[in-house]
Amino acid sequence: MKISAGDVEHIARLARLGLNDEEKRMYGAQLNEILDYVDKLNELDTAGVEPTSHVIPIKNVFRRDVPGTSLPREEALGNAPQAADGFYRVPKIID
Amino acid sequence: MELFRLGISDALDLMQRGEASPRDILDAVFGRIDAVEGRVRAFVTVTRDEAYGRLDGLGGPGEGGPLSGIPLAVKDNMCTKGIRTTCSSRILEGFVPPYESSVTDRLRQSGYILVGKTNLDEFAMGSSTENSGFFVTRNPWDLERVPGGSSGGSAAAVAADECLGALGSDTGGSIRQPAAFCGVVGLKPTYGRVSRYGLVAFASSLDQIGPITKSVRDSALLLNVISGHDPRDSTSAPAEVPDFAAGLDRGVKGLRVGVPREYFVEGLDPEVERCVREAIGVIEGLGAEVVEVSLPHTGYAVATYYILATSEASSNLARFDGVKYGFRAEGRDLVDMYMETRAAGFGPEVKRRIMLGTYALSAGYYDAYYRKAQQVRTLIKADFEKAFADVDVIATPTSPTPAFRVGDKISDPLQMYLSDIFTISVNLAGVPAVSVPCGYTSEGLPVGLQVIGKHFDEETILRAAHAYEVSTDWHMRRPPL
Repeated sequence: MKISAGDVEHIARLARLGLNDEEKRMYGAQLNEILDYVDKLNELDTAGVEPTSHVIPIKNVFRRDVPGTSLPREEALGNAPQAADGFYRVPKIID
Repeated sequence: MELFRLGISDALDLMQRGEASPRDILDAVFGRIDAVEGRVRAFVTVTRDEAYGRLDGLGGPGEGGPLSGIPLAVKDNMCTKGIRTTCSSRILEGFVPPYESSVTDRLRQSGYILVGKTNLDEFAMGSSTENSGFFVTRNPWDLERVPGGSSGGSAAAVAADECLGALGSDTGGSIRQPAAFCGVVGLKPTYGRVSRYGLVAFASSLDQIGPITKSVRDSALLLNVISGHDPRDSTSAPAEVPDFAAGLDRGVKGLRVGVPREYFVEGLDPEVERCVREAIGVIEGLGAEVVEVSLPHTGYAVATYYILATSEASSNLARFDGVKYGFRAEGRDLVDMYMETRAAGFGPEVKRRIMLGTYALSAGYYDAYYRKAQQVRTLIKADFEKAFADVDVIATPTSPTPAFRVGDKISDPLQMYLSDIFTISVNLAGVPAVSVPCGYTSEGLPVGLQVIGKHFDEETILRAAHAYEVSTDWHMRRPPL
């Protein structure tokens, strides 16, 4: 078992995912099964192999630093679950 | 002829000759949607009013852009300004984008008419469209079977003649596998060929948008419109865009076709193998030279993919937090609000992948999983470079099986992941590939032939696929709806 019940809670907390007990059990078992499968990568000797993060050789894409037009405030707030006075409204952060 | 049966190229010809108007074709398409959509369920949103509104802005025959008056469907993970874009997720159910994705912007400038936004596995995570947060799309060839996924809605809509063509997105096979399952043509272009601006990100180093169509020529016509560098996507390539339709008829004489031995292994359905081997024989008969090649790291592709794709997804989906858009659940405090929002807004497969990706990127595991997978990705990419030193294209089955039954794999994630075994390497290497219909099983289910090409060489795979297509009549068949 690579992932314990405690690990599942820790990962869920990192991912900001609320899970119920049934989900914790299910994901714990499934993640262990998937990770056992993924272990086959260790059959390969990758010492000295460069990691690939991007397949096309594009680097350092720059553009001129000129101001463009922004999304109007009303449109930016148009999909907000809660907005007030031209701002996104969220639960209180600081007591 | 029933106008909804038309492909893009034929419809353009008909309108050019004045034998059908854009309104005639649009009426036929919506009539077809009314007749079959209740059974197929390809669309999350049908945009009838917007579509008829667009008719008035079109010029006469010969005026307007290259797709003037052509009714198309778009997978519901590409932003369409003013038209809700859900990714088939509860968390985005009410999201109406304030901007247009680059691909649909290009389609608009070309004169297309959007008929609707198609269903997908939630956030494009899945191989059957059963992971949609809303409903399951059915395979038009057998309504008890899945259309494939994640672009199952787009593939089913094209196969059912509910549109003339469609856009899908492909992270590990999500255009090609549903195209194969539904008996239509699906193309994943080279990574960077098509702008991803406005495509809701799943795994940014793998995602690519491409056409799903009724013919290879139609695929080329759509690719012509959506390709090209876009300053709004820093990963879009500044590569020259040829006319992909121009060289289609040049044939395959002298073309070197590689057949990788690692793709004809245990687990490959015998009927799929028969169809694909016969198809390769047809291409050989047209003058191509068929040779065996090896892609030795094929067996490691699924494991590599499920580390890299889930890691990128866990990062990309962090933005769905109930603050700026989408669904919000109430919580005791801010973190509790995040956790409850994501608990209620995401479905089981999305949660599973976020968990796996978060784990793979978490402290202490990064080198063992993420970095290791990136290194194996290098080996998989090198396999293709080596093979392409000797051959022009590579031919394989698109999927090891035909369409499976609804419910068959949904409770076993690993089995579902393994159904993408022949498509995933292509995304890891970033090369282009097209799936073209190459026959039917004894139960009447379509089988797809995958033709893989070199980086930015879509022309050659389209040419090979077209040569095969016009020498067979598989693409003329229609499902018994």
